[in-house]
Amino acid sequence: MESDAELLVALRNGDEQAFVVLVNRYQGSLLRVARTFVPSDAVAEEVVQDTWMGVVRGVDRFEGRSSFKTWLFRILVNRARTSGVREHRHLPIDPTEPAVSPDRFDRSGAWAEPVIPWESDVDDRLLAESWAPALRSAIDTLPGLQREVVLLRDLEGLPAENVCSVLDISEGNQRVLLHRGRSKLRAVLADELEARGSS
Amino acid sequence: MNLLRRRQDLVCRQVVELVNDYLENVLPRAERKRFERHLAGCPHCATYLEQIRVTVATVGRLTPDDFSPEVSQEFTELYRAWRAEGPTPGDESG
Repeated sequence: MESDAELLVALRNGDEQAFVVLVNRYQGSLLRVARTFVPSDAVAEEVVQDTWMGVVRGVDRFEGRSSFKTWLFRILVNRARTSGVREHRHLPIDPTEPAVSPDRFDRSGAWAEPVIPWESDVDDRLLAESWAPALRSAIDTLPGLQREVVLLRDLEGLPAENVCSVLDISEGNQRVLLHRGRSKLRAVLADELEARGSS
Repeated sequence: MNLLRRRQDLVCRQVVELVNDYLENVLPRAERKRFERHLAGCPHCATYLEQIRVTVATVGRLTPDDFSPEVSQEFTELYRAWRAEGPTPGDESG
């Protein structure tokens, strides 16, 4: 498989096949992130198409200071923000929202019941059919910035500092949002896998 | 001395809020030590930490939806149109 950097060189030379390979590689990811900013799939598709146009027209100016992926997502977020940012994005981060429901702890702050282990069941192929859709829909229901941070960090694998630059948020906020998002997704997996284990 | 140490110990409810900073390797040294000391004596929090790790890895393995040949064709045509129009000035550089 050709690297992004190799494809970029080809793209600069006008290789349309390189462009299609890049589109194939990132279209799904871009749509998913775009959808967190705009109210409909149709608008998300427009934003993504606009992003690719930005890539084709801007590729000669891409200096390679960041990775292609970071550059790509930054174009996407800039386009998305000018075409309909959701209201909830302006809500402040609630500093009191706990990672785990308070009723799971006793008065001393210790676990009231043991944490049920399921972490080794996640790789079970059959089980995956049950939890994978639940996990996808849980990601879809995370609030805007939390979802964006989780998608970029954990799904796309961008480093923390690149996520901050793409979304224009501070390192501290990035960490809190990631913490909240990951905690919620763990809870969803726990619900799915604990239920399977006890049935 | 013993009493002083106990007062500094973390409880499980606090540990779950520090798990991500621990994984991100941003806990100050003293805080990290307290975290690890708690973990050494608390199998439940150790399980919790492992579950967060597994959650992160699991999210990373979700694959984007498949992509149809028609869309590839559409993008090939878009590419030709955009190239023909030439670059736009003052866009993002990276």
